[in-house]
Amino acid sequence: MSSLTATDEQVSATPAKIIQPAWVRVMHWINAFAMILMILSGWQIYNASPLFGFSFPRDYTLGGWLGGGLLWHFAAMWLLMINGLAYLVTGFATGRFRKKLLPITPSGVLHDVRAALTFKLGHDDLTVYNYVQRTLYAGIILVGVLIVLSGLGMWKPVQLHWLVSLFGDYPTARYVHFFCMAAICAFLVIHVLLALLVPKSLRAMIIGR
Amino acid sequence: MAKRSFLIPGVDKRLLIKDSIKTMPDVSRRRFIAGGASLGALTLLTGCDVIDSSSAEEMLKSVSKFNDAVQDFIFNPDALAPTFPESAITKPFPFNAYYDLDDAPEVSAADWKLEVRGLVDNKKSWTLPELYKLPQVTQITRHICVEGWSAIGSWTGTPLRDFLKLIGADTRAKYVWFQCADKDGYNSPLDMRSALHPQTQMTFKYANDILPRAYGFPMKIRVPTKLGFKNPKYVVSMEVTNDYKGGYWEDQGYNSFSGS
Repeated sequence: MSSLTATDEQVSATPAKIIQPAWVRVMHWINAFAMILMILSGWQIYNASPLFGFSFPRDYTLGGWLGGGLLWHFAAMWLLMINGLAYLVTGFATGRFRKKLLPITPSGVLHDVRAALTFKLGHDDLTVYNYVQRTLYAGIILVGVLIVLSGLGMWKPVQLHWLVSLFGDYPTARYVHFFCMAAICAFLVIHVLLALLVPKSLRAMIIGR
Repeated sequence: MAKRSFLIPGVDKRLLIKDSIKTMPDVSRRRFIAGGASLGALTLLTGCDVIDSSSAEEMLKSVSKFNDAVQDFIFNPDALAPTFPESAITKPFPFNAYYDLDDAPEVSAADWKLEVRGLVDNKKSWTLPELYKLPQVTQITRHICVEGWSAIGSWTGTPLRDFLKLIGADTRAKYVWFQCADKDGYNSPLDMRSALHPQTQMTFKYANDILPRAYGFPMKIRVPTKLGFKNPKYVVSMEVTNDYKGGYWEDQGYNSFSGS
């Protein structure tokens, strides 16, 4: 957002015209691929014993049947977890999270949400995230951590019993896992929509500039 | 591979047909899946045959074997499944199988014998009265189904490790393989470390009553550290073996270790 002034630190941290460093781009697309596999196979698994009064359309599930869905889910989980862990470590180690996502202030969020809803939120400088972006990106990282932890807890409710206890018990971990998925899907819709509205942001996530 | 045709953009017509076969009776479905299909709807994502379904299936099987090893590695033989008070028991406890309750095996208590085979000193068969004389314990644990649902139940019986000791089983063997009276012949391998887990039980009673037909009369193997399908009902034989003999669901693609 143009009205936000970049600090010296932010300027020096983004030399030349590289907006998205290579590691961010690689991990972003691996994550996108793994996440879609996890969601579609997860819907297959959900359909075997729905938590609510609906099922996901079969055409949008992966694996053909419960057994196939589980094989996909427990294969793609490694990709998701290893890539996610590498992303978190690199994000903290390089200071990218601190530089890009902080601070998040209530007044800043309010201001930018209002600006976004009246289509006045600019994207002139892609190296600086506005408060709406900061909130969504930080939030989705937290949701990603939660969905992995609740998933691991459901996978190993005896061996990782302490993890299940964090969420209450096995059935509550299942609900947490589901609602995290729902949050990720909602994020995905907004994220893709905004990327298409601001195509240069999509280009930056592909070629870096 | 031949070029596939798409009814809906990105959705493989043949895979749609394969999916609809899921509604077929289980025996034909099982044969169908064993024939190597229905895993690879990756065309949904790529819109082309970058990964054909058979190589995707091979990849998934390898990862599932890797997951067996991971689960075996993190399995702690001393970690106990949580136990619950009687008030937490799920009522009614669900009946679940690949057939209706009407088709559940009707085992005659008088004719039934537990056959013992493989790497054991004493291969004598056991009648129900003989088994009922063994010391029993009761435990209230959560049964977690591969489908995702769970229910808390009360099971009473003899710890399997005590029985294995009694019959002089070679506990260095890799598996205890159970065969059951279910139609189409249910069977399932249990890795030895899980078989020796203190909560793994030869179950004769549910909620303090003789195991009803719905829950596996006359004997079920209750393994609270495994998913439900690794808890065979209507057991007729156990074999201590080093060979992986497969299982009813394991052969169709459920992860073999399936520990919780």
